[in-house]
Amino acid sequence: MTDTIHEVAYNPAYIACPHCDTLHRFSDDELISRTRCASCGYRLTLGKSEAIIRVVSLALTSTILMGIVLFTPFLSLNAGSFASSASVVDVIFGFSTGIMVPLAFAVLCFIVVAPVLRSLALVYALAPSLAGLKNSIGAEYALRLAFSLKPWAMAEIFMVGVAVALVKIAGLATIETGVAFWAFVLLVLLNAFQDTFMCRNTLWASLATNRA
Amino acid sequence: MGVTGHQQSLITARDVGLVACTSCGLVAHAADHVCSRCHAGLQSRDHKSLQRVWAWLIAGLIVYVPANLYPMLRTTQLLKTQDSTIVGGVVDLVHHNAFAIAAIVFIASVVIPVGKFLIIGYLAILLPRTQNKDSHRLHKLHSAVEFIGRWSMIDVFVVAILVALVQFDVVASIKPGPAAACFALSVIFTMLSAQAFDPRLIWDVADQGKPE
Ligand SMILES: [Zn+2]
Ligand SMILES: [Zn+2]
Repeated sequence: MTDTIHEVAYNPAYIACPHCDTLHRFSDDELISRTRCASCGYRLTLGKSEAIIRVVSLALTSTILMGIVLFTPFLSLNAGSFASSASVVDVIFGFSTGIMVPLAFAVLCFIVVAPVLRSLALVYALAPSLAGLKNSIGAEYALRLAFSLKPWAMAEIFMVGVAVALVKIAGLATIETGVAFWAFVLLVLLNAFQDTFMCRNTLWASLATNRA
Repeated sequence: MGVTGHQQSLITARDVGLVACTSCGLVAHAADHVCSRCHAGLQSRDHKSLQRVWAWLIAGLIVYVPANLYPMLRTTQLLKTQDSTIVGGVVDLVHHNAFAIAAIVFIASVVIPVGKFLIIGYLAILLPRTQNKDSHRLHKLHSAVEFIGRWSMIDVFVVAILVALVQFDVVASIKPGPAAACFALSVIFTMLSAQAFDPRLIWDVADQGKPE
C-alpha cells in the first residue's frame, strides 16, 4: 500500500471492515453504491440515496403505529358464552404475577421499548440535519444506540409467535383480529423496509459533516 | 475452496499500524482510544472477547436445563390441570396434526438453541488453537448464529399471547410455567455470547506468518 498512514487515518474514503479489518479505499461513486468487503463479503455500504430522510420518516411512522398497537385490541377470542380480548399491554402483563414479573419486563422491552427507543434515537440523531440544524447533543450516542438495539427489537419474531399461538387455540375458540394486529403487521413490514436504508457509512458520514 | 484468510493483495488496518472502528468503519491512529466520528471505543483486537463468550455461553447452558425440565405452560381446562414442557408442546402440536407449526416451534426452541451452543463452543475452542483454518467457513458460522439466534424467542412470545388470551377462569385458563423465564434468559445469554465474539479474530490466525 503506497498511501501513508496519515492519508488513511480519519479519511472517510477509507472503510475498514468491522468483521475482518480489511482496508478498502473507495471512490466517491463507490461510496454511494453497494459495496462488499473484498475479503469476507460483509456489506460495507448499502448504496441508498436519501437514506437519511427515509430512515427518519419511517422511524416517525413506526412510533405512531406503536401508539396505535398499544391502545387498541390486538386479538379477541370467543368460546361459547365466554369472550375476551387482549391488547399488547395485556399480553405483556399476563406475566406480571409473582416470579414472572422479570419476564413481563423482558417481553415489554423486546416488543415495545426496544423498537420505540430505536426509532426515537434515529429521529433524535438524524432529523436535525434534515431541518438544516446542527447535530443535537449526544447525536453520536443516539445513533450508536439505534444500531445496537437492532437485535433486541423483536417485533417480527413476536408476529411468528402470534401465528403459532393462533394455531394452538384454534380448536378451543374462534379468534378475531383487531386494529392493533394489522398495525403491528404494518410495523413489521416498515421496520424491514427501514433496515434496507440503515447504511452505517452513509449515516455516520452525514452525522460527521453536520457537527455543531 | 482454495481461499483461506486474506488474499495477498488485501491489507488490514492493523497491517498498516492503524486501528479500525467496528461501529462506523473509520480508521484511526493506533494510539486513539475513542473514534472521532462515532465516539465508540477503539481496540485493534478484543483479546478478552473469548472470556466473555465463554461466560455468557455457560450461563446460557445452565438456565437451558431448567428451561427443558420445568413446564412452559400450565393449562387448566374443566378443573383439570396439565403441564407442558417445551418438547411436550411440540408433541401436542403433532397430535393435533399441526405439523408445520410443530416444526417451527421445534426448530426455534430445540434445534436453534442446541445448534447455537455447539457452534459457539466450536468457534471458541477452535479460534485460539488452530493455525491454518478455513476462515470463510468459520465467519459464515458466526454470522449465521448471530442472525438466527434471536428467533428462539418465539416460544416465549407464544406463552405470553396464550396467557393473555385464554382467561376464562373456571372453564379454561393458561398460566406461564417457570421454564418460560429460564428459556428467555437462555436466549438472551446466548445472544450476548455470540455478540461478544470479535470476528476479526477469525481472520487473524490465517495471517500468522505474514511479516508484522
Ligand atoms: Zn471483511
Ligand atoms: Zn467510529
